[in-house]
Amino acid sequence: MLEESGGPCWLSEEVKTGTTIIGVEFDGGIVLGSDSRVSAGASVVNRVMNKLSLLHDKIYCALSGSAADAQTIAEIVNYQLDVHSVELGEDPLVRSAATLVKNISYKYKEELSAHLIVAGWDRRKGGQVYVTLNGLLSRQPFAVGGSGSSYIYGFVDAEYRKGMSRRETQEFVVNALTLAMSRDGSSGGVAYLVTIDETGTEEKCILGNDLPKFFDQ
Amino acid sequence: MDRYFDQSIKGVSTGTTILAVKFNGGVIIGSDSRASMGGSYVSSKTINKLIQVHDRIFCCIAGSLADAQAVTKMAKFQLSFHSIQMESPPLVKAAASVMKELCYSNKDELQAGFITAGWDRKKGPQVYTVSLGGMLLSQPFTIGGSGSTYIYGYVDSKYKPDMSREECLQFATNAIALAMGRDNVSGGVVHLVVITEDGAEHVVIPGDKLPKFHDE
Repeated sequence: MLEESGGPCWLSEEVKTGTTIIGVEFDGGIVLGSDSRVSAGASVVNRVMNKLSLLHDKIYCALSGSAADAQTIAEIVNYQLDVHSVELGEDPLVRSAATLVKNISYKYKEELSAHLIVAGWDRRKGGQVYVTLNGLLSRQPFAVGGSGSSYIYGFVDAEYRKGMSRRETQEFVVNALTLAMSRDGSSGGVAYLVTIDETGTEEKCILGNDLPKFFDQ
Repeated sequence: MDRYFDQSIKGVSTGTTILAVKFNGGVIIGSDSRASMGGSYVSSKTINKLIQVHDRIFCCIAGSLADAQAVTKMAKFQLSFHSIQMESPPLVKAAASVMKELCYSNKDELQAGFITAGWDRKKGPQVYTVSLGGMLLSQPFTIGGSGSTYIYGYVDSKYKPDMSREECLQFATNAIALAMGRDNVSGGVVHLVVITEDGAEHVVIPGDKLPKFHDE
């Protein structure tokens, strides 16, 4: 560029987590996964961001869309859930967390542009995955979101089976993320995984060279 | 999806899913069968988007139907003339080049992309893709059309070089069925053409015979 107008482009572009996020239920828990790229226009401003945010001990959410909007929603719901669980005297339900996220997404749907997938484990219904896109609330066996999700709809439709084991579900999530990251310019970096079941929460990070390899011309 | 809104201004478009895959001994070229106007009206449920431009060379079209028909008609004529002059069947690459010339020279007016696939004596089975602006590329397999975004992950994970004819048929059918399941401007039946040294065979898979996936 010969003319320098207003400095580098990433100063003026909105920071988005153009991204790939996926949440899958298995028998006894859930697996949440995401990539790690945060972009501002054509620049990658953070290549190792963990988009899986804690809402409560056994409830996490995956962030996509505008980074600021998504993080703020997650922080607000984290606070509201803390208050709620103190009042209740026990761990909150996953549906409660999802409802709090949905309430914010719906009330401010014109101003916000973020989509959070809420997933976790509770005593009443076990592992659950909820989508909150645009202010709707729906429980699904699996959910994908973010810009990279378009490329893997076919893959997840074909490969998802009910009643997968914990390990199979983790592999399914990693495969889906890898395929999306290789096709979507706004997704990339490393893969973050969170597995939640009755016994606890396990966070994992899979580096680029440890990701599965597929056919590459 | 800016392409979408341009197409609705131009009229009937094949918001579509097309693909072509090489296997051991031939190629399979396939598509859905829906033509839509503006994304909310299906103007044809059973259109055949696989155009035969020569005995063992087929093209499939994505984009504006009118543009695609005009280009393929021109290509068919040029190719038959070319094969008379050369006194032998045209190369698949020649067919793809003809499409490329037309797309590149008229890139400002045209709104169509093509996949050309076939078999010739020199190089055997081949798949070529000509993009919107006129780029020509040879690939082991390729997908195109609006429905193709949803199956990138699937074809990346499932494609293997040197598949058998049956494996390839299953791969192509699954891919198109998955795309039709997620893209609202792709649908209808699955048209497949299997091209080998022995000739071209047209297979139609109606809606009720399509593979079913977990949520159906």
